[in-house]
Amino acid sequence: MAKEKFEIPSLEDALDTPPVRKGASGHLKIHPAPPQMMEKLGFPPALVEGWQKKAVDKLGELKEKYKSLKMFMEVCVKCGSCADKCHYFLGTGDPNNMPVGRQELMRKVYRKNFTAGGALFGGFARAGDMDEAALKDWTTYFYQCSQCRRCSVFCPFGIDTAEITMAAREIMDSVGAGHKYSLEVIAKVHDVGNNLGIPKPALSSTLEFLEEDVKEATGADVKFPVDAEGAEVLMITPSADFFSSPHVDSLVGYAKVFHAAGISWTFSSYASEFANFGMFIGNYAQMKKIAERIATVARDLGVKRIIVGECGHAWRVAYGFWDTLVGPFDTLEVKRPVHVCEFTNDLIKRGALKFDKTANDGFTVTYHDSCNVARASRMGESPEGQFDIPREVLKAACNKYVEMPDSVNREKTFCCGGGGGLLTDELMELRVKGAAPKTAALKRMMDEKGVNMMAMICAICKAQFTKVLPYYDIPMEVVGGVHQLVSNAIILGDK
Amino acid sequence: MSALSLFYAGISYAGAVVFFGGLAYKLIGYALTPSPLKIPLTPQPASAAGVAWKAVGSILSFRALWNGDRWTWVGGYGLHLVLVFVFIRHLRLFLSPVPWPLADVQPFALLIGALLPLPLVYLMARRAAVDRYRQISSGADYFALALLLLIGLSGLSLKFLFHADVVGIKEFLLGLMLLSPVEVPEHPAFLVHFSLVLVLGFYFPFSKLIHAGGVLLSPTTMQADDAPDVRHVNPWGGQ
Repeated sequence: MAKEKFEIPSLEDALDTPPVRKGASGHLKIHPAPPQMMEKLGFPPALVEGWQKKAVDKLGELKEKYKSLKMFMEVCVKCGSCADKCHYFLGTGDPNNMPVGRQELMRKVYRKNFTAGGALFGGFARAGDMDEAALKDWTTYFYQCSQCRRCSVFCPFGIDTAEITMAAREIMDSVGAGHKYSLEVIAKVHDVGNNLGIPKPALSSTLEFLEEDVKEATGADVKFPVDAEGAEVLMITPSADFFSSPHVDSLVGYAKVFHAAGISWTFSSYASEFANFGMFIGNYAQMKKIAERIATVARDLGVKRIIVGECGHAWRVAYGFWDTLVGPFDTLEVKRPVHVCEFTNDLIKRGALKFDKTANDGFTVTYHDSCNVARASRMGESPEGQFDIPREVLKAACNKYVEMPDSVNREKTFCCGGGGGLLTDELMELRVKGAAPKTAALKRMMDEKGVNMMAMICAICKAQFTKVLPYYDIPMEVVGGVHQLVSNAIILGDK
Repeated sequence: MSALSLFYAGISYAGAVVFFGGLAYKLIGYALTPSPLKIPLTPQPASAAGVAWKAVGSILSFRALWNGDRWTWVGGYGLHLVLVFVFIRHLRLFLSPVPWPLADVQPFALLIGALLPLPLVYLMARRAAVDRYRQISSGADYFALALLLLIGLSGLSLKFLFHADVVGIKEFLLGLMLLSPVEVPEHPAFLVHFSLVLVLGFYFPFSKLIHAGGVLLSPTTMQADDAPDVRHVNPWGGQ
């Protein structure tokens, strides 16, 4: 694919540390949020008068509200351990994409305003004002972080750049400089109930179509219920699962699992979105407001438990944050959300599901650990359940399964390059370059092990990889969902 | 008491107050700042005991740095290990009588402690030589290393170059500790060494050297992965 005006990284050395290239990705800019969108979410419509001071004041406020931010501003020794761990640094060589480099963009301002050394010895300590140049760096490089937490795995103090990026975006929003993509998505959730802006009639007709489709293909009456009162399970899934490919194949998989297990379930048209972009912009109130739709529906429908679909950051929010944001879920029998992989795996362990694994014999499957699942959540009881459970499901449904190398697997996995609110067209160059490390690992698996299917459980990973892999001459069909493979192989009863 | 002794007594007490007070101020400040959400870096144990055990291992091995950059680990681990022996070597100046195990390990502690300049020079060179590290290093980063290097060299000079009267130094230090200051030994190399240590004491709590305490309070590494079982309330979250 040579239609783009940027250089596609070579996959040969995409996992090696590149030389530092100053300003290499400084030209990659986000589209600013238009004034009416900013106002709709309660932010100033445009850069406010005296934003320099207001931004510093906001930083001062946030450091007293977030222990993470205060400590991560102060305890870094700049050992450099993180420097070559970010996929965007590996893909671009831009020193501001070294995690420590990105953090320093905020630390400069922090030191100048909140430390004695920075105030007294500005240049020596690398302290600087919040000015035009600083804001330009912020609006550029805090939108070149996908909040994947890979850097913090290698940090002796667990400094998590995601926390700093979230704070930076919150500060920018608060002075009137927002990113169109994330704010647009959030506005749609408030208006319609999901990121894609799908209204109920379109949702219902899609699900009816899927019912007919599955009936035709399998002869089974697999249902896709919406707003069904009295259902045992409320299914919350990223809205991409309703319309995007390959996402929808996993959605069919969820429905088949419910069907085969004979468990009553329903989607909700009011809470038809699992994703929570409030996290990406670091805004607690938005994150809470988005999660509230789900809590409300769960109570209104009187379900016994919530099962959630294949989405990485949303699983982090559900697993780690829901209870704090909008809990407790006292009306539920199972008070915490259950990941669909946990659910399916439990059924498999109990012998409640049967598979014809040969249905997947056309695939040699590997698994891509998605960041937020790997490094910010868990599944099941074991501390490594988030790694093992999806793999167990895959092995139950497929005969040919192979592992990625350790250096890019489990908690060391690389981001797909599109997470954290960066899955937007104006950042395509960044997304292609940021995908290089994981793509290089995939390419090696394809060449050496004959892999032709990389399964994953994140809607953003799926959308990102299907879009960027063709730049590397890899067909988008190698991207799939875990429940897509479950769907292929599951044997449906007559229930 | 001489003017010099008065000066050193005064500045020593000021240094002690700033160092211990500053440390307490910073660490208590960290501990009291809220964590609105649970953000453990997973996989992470679900119990506090599990987290503590993991943290002991991480701290004793510098595990994350080992996984992140072996060559920096060599310098960083080496530096901290040597500093432990430097500390042991200096304890005899603050304890009277010196307990027997401490007395016995002195020759060994000297042997290791004397290596202090090596990791410091290595880490400084590494900052200057590798393009990524050159990029991130500020004057303050070199200053911390240089200060420790000067302290180390001046200290070693007391042992090997300008022989200092250890008994006199110990009397001075014990006098300070027991709040009955005596005359400061007027040995130029000692005064240089001691002055630099005071600078470190003033600088430590308000610089990146606070990482020593910060490592114990970091939310990502010290929170348990217990979200499904333990309700976490955000103190400013509203309900």
